[in-house]
Amino acid sequence: MALITVKDLSIGYESKVVLKDISFIVNEGDYLSIVGENGAGKSTLMRTILGLQPPLKGEIAFGEGLRQNEIGYLPQQTSIQKDFPASVWEIVLSGCQARCGMRPFYGKGEKLIADTNISRMGISDLKTRCFSELSGGQQQRVLLARALCATRKLLLMDEPVAGLDPDATSEMYRIIDELNRNGVTIIMISHDLEAATRYSSNILHIGKEFVIGGGVNA
Amino acid sequence: MLDTLIMYLQYPFVRYAVIVGVLIALCSSLLGVTLVLKRFSFIGDGLSHVAFGAMAVASVAGLTNKLLIVLPVTVISAVLLLRSGQNTRIKGDASVAMISVGALAFGYLIMNLFSTSSNLSGDVCSTLFGSTSILTLTLREVRICIVLSVIVVVIFVLFYNKIFAVTFDESFAKAAGVRTERYNLLIAVVIAVIIVLAMNLVGSLLISALVIFPALSAMRVQRSFKSVTICSAVLSVLCALIGIAVSILGGTPVGSTIVAVDVAVFIICYSLGKIRGGIGV
Repeated sequence: MALITVKDLSIGYESKVVLKDISFIVNEGDYLSIVGENGAGKSTLMRTILGLQPPLKGEIAFGEGLRQNEIGYLPQQTSIQKDFPASVWEIVLSGCQARCGMRPFYGKGEKLIADTNISRMGISDLKTRCFSELSGGQQQRVLLARALCATRKLLLMDEPVAGLDPDATSEMYRIIDELNRNGVTIIMISHDLEAATRYSSNILHIGKEFVIGGGVNA
Repeated sequence: MLDTLIMYLQYPFVRYAVIVGVLIALCSSLLGVTLVLKRFSFIGDGLSHVAFGAMAVASVAGLTNKLLIVLPVTVISAVLLLRSGQNTRIKGDASVAMISVGALAFGYLIMNLFSTSSNLSGDVCSTLFGSTSILTLTLREVRICIVLSVIVVVIFVLFYNKIFAVTFDESFAKAAGVRTERYNLLIAVVIAVIIVLAMNLVGSLLISALVIFPALSAMRVQRSFKSVTICSAVLSVLCALIGIAVSILGGTPVGSTIVAVDVAVFIICYSLGKIRGGIGV
């Protein structure tokens, strides 16, 4: 069954169209890599799927009982986060924020979810450490644990290995692969075509003029 | 020295000043961490100048309760400024600077043109630097300050986790279904209320110091969001108390003395952080 159905979608900002008439389907359990040159609109497409910006035209439909706010998101790190005083525990727990609704504090359930995902990412020993003191690979695992708190089904990642050293990069790919084997659907923006072909089940190539889907129902 | 302090504390106006000083220091430090981290350090400055302009209009209009004009105007400006920070033609820092100096000039102009007071420069000086206004508070003003402070603290505690989520990563929070616009609006309104309150204490030119110094000091020595927030609140209240005491004993202006203590504490925390290897800002 289709988890996400994108139909005749045009995206961009106000009057500037970045991409138009894209259609593709993401099925449950897929591992989709979105590749394309800089400025092709990869991040804009991801932000539109996430509902961070409205589509100019067309529609994005969610299936399998997935709501738009049940997506886990691993954004590119912002400059704000580099010197942000926050412990690993505080950050991972904040992934449960949407579950709280109007409730002001986290309950036992949310803390359990956060704990589970922390040990799942193998960062239990870093729980009380300050985020900005960690290495790039450790930081990505923290943000991944946070994203897993927000979802059980679907992860969207914007260049998860950007800025990581080779060891941390292959470790990150291993973790993502393992999550995918455990049933989490992955949509990832990637610059690394080789890794994309090795790990992913589908590749979506976005170019200035055309959209090609490899194995995807494009 | 202690005797002199206790002697002064017999006077109700000194007690009012201490109560209001502590409350304002507490409130202003709470959101300081968020504003510094969101790169909005200067919004306090901009808003306080707006409040100054509104204050000038209220004085000229001869209103007895100036808060009626100052508070709504400042809240509206805060909402506009925080919104403009995201996606507009005029960038966040430029619009803060624009509104800030514009309101300052406008306020002074109005005061000059229409003022009925015989001591114009004294009025302007006390609004800008809060020179004596904290020592001339009425019981009613103290009550308003207590009520508003309690509201600010309660809101902050209730929305603490949401404020953290929105500050650390707005995109993630929004993607996960948190109503980020709503909380940004809340932050804007609360910061406006704090600014209007703080005008009494340090005057509109020095408010930013009260907002950002405790946060920056705490960030030097603490590592988690919660401990930074608590540390910043404690430091801010301590600085206010020390500042008020020094100004009473030495006859120095209250606002600038408090800010001077804040600066001293920042330098101490900065050195401590250097020794222990703190977070760089």
